[in-house]
Amino acid sequence: MNGADLGPVAVLKLAMRMLARDWRAGEQRLLALALIVAVGSVTTVAFFADRVGRSLTSEASQLLGADLVVVSDKPLADRFPQTAQRLGLSTTAAVRFPSMAQFAGRTLLAEVKAVAPGYPLRGKLRIRMAENGADFAPGKAPSPGEVWVDDRLLRRLDLKIGSRLGLGEREFTVAAMVSEEPESSAGFINLGPRLMMNAVDLPSTGLIQPGSRVSYRLFVAGNAPAIASFREFAAQAIGPGQRVEDIRDARPEIKSALERAERFLGLSALMTVVLAGVAVALAARRYLQRHLDACAIMRCLGAGQWLILALHVLQFVMIGLIAGAAGCAVGFVCQFVLATVLAPVVSVTLPAPGLRPLVQGMVAGFVMLLGFALPPLIALRRVPTLRVLRRDLGAPDSSGLSAYLLGVAAVAGLVLWQAQELKLGLYVLGGVMGTATACAGFTLLVLYLLSSLGRSAGLNWRFGLANLRRHRAGSIVQVTALGLGMMALILLTLVRAELLDNWRNSLPVDAPNRFLVNVQPDQVTEVTQFFSANGVAPPQLFPMVRGRLLEINGKPMSSHDYAEDRARRLVDREFNLSWVQSMQPDKPVVEGRWFDKRDAGMPVLSVEEGIAKTIGVKLGDTMTYDIAGSRLTAKIISLRKVDWDSFRVNFFVVAPPGVLEKFPASYVTSLHLPAARSALMDDLVKRFPNLLVIDVAAILAQVQRMMDQVVKAIEFVFLFSIAAGLLVLFAALGSTHDEREFDAAVMRTLGASSRQLRTVQAAEFALIGALAGLLAAIGASAIGYVLADKVLNMPYAISPSVWLAGLLVGSAGVTAAGLLGTAKVLRTPPMQVFRSAT
Amino acid sequence: MTKQVFTGTAALTILHDVSLEIGRGEAVAIVGASGSGKTTLLALLAGLDVPSAGTVHIDGVDLFALDEDGRARLRRDRVGFVFQSFQLLPALTALENVMLPLELAGKPDARARAADWLARVGLEPRLTHYPRQLSGGEQQRVAVARAFAADPRLLFADEPTGNLDSATGEEIISLMFELNRVARTTLLLVTHDEDLAQRCSRRIGLAAGRLTNDERR
Repeated sequence: MNGADLGPVAVLKLAMRMLARDWRAGEQRLLALALIVAVGSVTTVAFFADRVGRSLTSEASQLLGADLVVVSDKPLADRFPQTAQRLGLSTTAAVRFPSMAQFAGRTLLAEVKAVAPGYPLRGKLRIRMAENGADFAPGKAPSPGEVWVDDRLLRRLDLKIGSRLGLGEREFTVAAMVSEEPESSAGFINLGPRLMMNAVDLPSTGLIQPGSRVSYRLFVAGNAPAIASFREFAAQAIGPGQRVEDIRDARPEIKSALERAERFLGLSALMTVVLAGVAVALAARRYLQRHLDACAIMRCLGAGQWLILALHVLQFVMIGLIAGAAGCAVGFVCQFVLATVLAPVVSVTLPAPGLRPLVQGMVAGFVMLLGFALPPLIALRRVPTLRVLRRDLGAPDSSGLSAYLLGVAAVAGLVLWQAQELKLGLYVLGGVMGTATACAGFTLLVLYLLSSLGRSAGLNWRFGLANLRRHRAGSIVQVTALGLGMMALILLTLVRAELLDNWRNSLPVDAPNRFLVNVQPDQVTEVTQFFSANGVAPPQLFPMVRGRLLEINGKPMSSHDYAEDRARRLVDREFNLSWVQSMQPDKPVVEGRWFDKRDAGMPVLSVEEGIAKTIGVKLGDTMTYDIAGSRLTAKIISLRKVDWDSFRVNFFVVAPPGVLEKFPASYVTSLHLPAARSALMDDLVKRFPNLLVIDVAAILAQVQRMMDQVVKAIEFVFLFSIAAGLLVLFAALGSTHDEREFDAAVMRTLGASSRQLRTVQAAEFALIGALAGLLAAIGASAIGYVLADKVLNMPYAISPSVWLAGLLVGSAGVTAAGLLGTAKVLRTPPMQVFRSAT
Repeated sequence: MTKQVFTGTAALTILHDVSLEIGRGEAVAIVGASGSGKTTLLALLAGLDVPSAGTVHIDGVDLFALDEDGRARLRRDRVGFVFQSFQLLPALTALENVMLPLELAGKPDARARAADWLARVGLEPRLTHYPRQLSGGEQQRVAVARAFAADPRLLFADEPTGNLDSATGEEIISLMFELNRVARTTLLLVTHDEDLAQRCSRRIGLAAGRLTNDERR
């Protein structure tokens, strides 16, 4: 006989045959399923994120309408266009603002864009002259006296081409319908219908008044070096309230909104990865146990340690490739579902899926597989050969915790990678590890307590308990794995529902549903009379002055001084300042004192406590504002608490009477208008065309629809987690299957009935399920709380009913699934068990 | 050769200075009461365990001068096994169990040779059956076919009839002696069955880890 070792090809072929045999025996199915689920979930989200990301990059100039845009809340100084032109760049400009469009007695809040010739410099603008006509590039801006409207405005006001549309103090002819325009994907939440007009008509509408929210935009395009020079100039030249956008950071608001959605989806994918990791660990452990004899025999038959290792690693690599490919296919199909569900929310055209997510999915699958399977495999090659004669010679030490360190590290790495944000990744990891540790510790403690209490229990409970105690390590693994699985389920269903309910409940039912903005001082009396004349209690109108915060305690400040995004935004924008008309405090003062008579005309302020904390001011500090070009310095004498959820008009900063009156102001109010009276707003706008009426209910309904769509998408991704949770359950049952079968055979031999056997098992499962369920509920509540508080900035109240539900559902679910999963154990004739055990 | 094991504090000597030589084609029975050390001796002779002192030479090769993998290679090329508890892999069919040593040795015609050997032990119609679908005697015949399939020069058998009734055991023993005669395979049996021991050309007795007698016929 020859003594040559097998060549690599022969080893590969042998490994393939062994894989086929093991597969037929069902040894690898759970492992492969766990991999498919993990890879499928990671690739689904990765495909979607990749498509959205590439669409934002490729459509950046379409979204921007130029290579670079300077955005300002005041008209831009001439040196901006002059510098651009000197650099050989082409320029054009637009003014954007919200306004009420009127037609046939009805009004609608629209986003108006007044454009100069040459718009847009980049991207496509296409219009059609008849509703069913072909669209074409007009090559010019709307002519003076004409407007182009989008489909939504056309439908919602029942406009026709040629209708006369009221806008401010003017009427315009609707000359065309816009089918495609730059800047149209204005955001994740695309609120208003849109209207385009010629910039020369703007002054005659009378719509640009003090206090109006207007965005002045300078569009620049040209060759890259000139754009770079201009960007450098603009970055230096811009002041407060101005910013430069280019294709690198196009539409930051879309990005941040999509990132939030992706983060939610990513979280779900992580959960699947963690759970699938547990299932892989359990499946690999069982694989090791079942292959101890085979490896001992193979060694006995002359296979070397490295051949055994090579054969098994090759098998696992092949499983990884096959299951990984299947998982990628699942992800590829599922991402279309995800993209369809989210299509109305995303409002960008998605390019075809790329290949990068496939790599991501495969890497995730392999890291997880090898992380959990490699330590047992390496141990497998050290099986004592003598085991063929002495069966009691156990497995090489691989069931210890150290064997799982690599796997835990692999999953932790994957979670951090998938979270793409350290903070989120660490929170999720912390929650999972905390629950795992708590489950393990709690199980140990309960087993210890029950071992003394349990002696007086009936036979079934005693036997069930004895089983749990006997397999102490196995019980801990099962409770931990099931605990993690259920934690995901609870987090995804109960806690998520609670998070959403908390959000919905924070919106009052009969809160004001209309905001009235832009009321000019000379209109206050008339507007009040308008309401009285129409039988509606006139709402109180609040004056509002816009000012930019320049200094705190005499120290100049800029948004760069703040790390927090919210603080930066607040400081960058203009504040709405107001003054009180009576000295009665309407909001609880938490620190300092409310205004009294001596304060009239004095430079003192009351500040909302939240914003004071955000921008870092306290009682006694002075703040200096730039209001319409003049400076105002005032001292903070009180901090107030404001309930922002009330939808009443509130201000961050208020002054006593006699301080702000000299500055140009506009008035705002909010009111609750019954549905039957909603036509009243159309009459109001007809009479005062510069007013803006914001329909809060309509906006909330739209936000709600968007939320529902995002939730639907998240739920879809959560299906993967639920599949992984079930796999963990069955993997956990599988890991003790052989012992259970043997125990049952012995008990059958000793005369136990099926009923007795079932009851014993049920007692054990009920205990496992109750323990895991309770702990999972506590863990999920904790994670939900941390997510709500730190990541989503939402309120969240922990409810103990979730814990009770976890206990009951866990107990019932694990008992049902356990009995189902062990039904075969009870049906197997004892002799068959003994025969295969010998 | 000596084998000691350590049980906590005390050293327990299982084999005391056992020395023997076995020639090509011999059929040797190692007999003794339970706990006399016969299975330990077999394990040491096959290189499945390591002695505390002494060594084993097979065809002039010092087993314990080889490393674990070297011993595995030597078994692959020259040694076959039959166990009391059969040790078939439950996930493999009868045919695949017999193919396994041939595949490990990289034999190109593993399937044909395995099928041939199963036919020789009378299991031609059961090739695709799994161990759990076979009776004890049938399982042991598969094990015998597996042991002989790789053409070993040495066959170790540990209580090969221990789990079988006497008629079935007799069948297996006849089969093994037949193959021993035809293939000139050296046979080493551990047994406490005196009838079986009587059929061997040599009988080695063990008691409390010491060699008590060594008779040749």
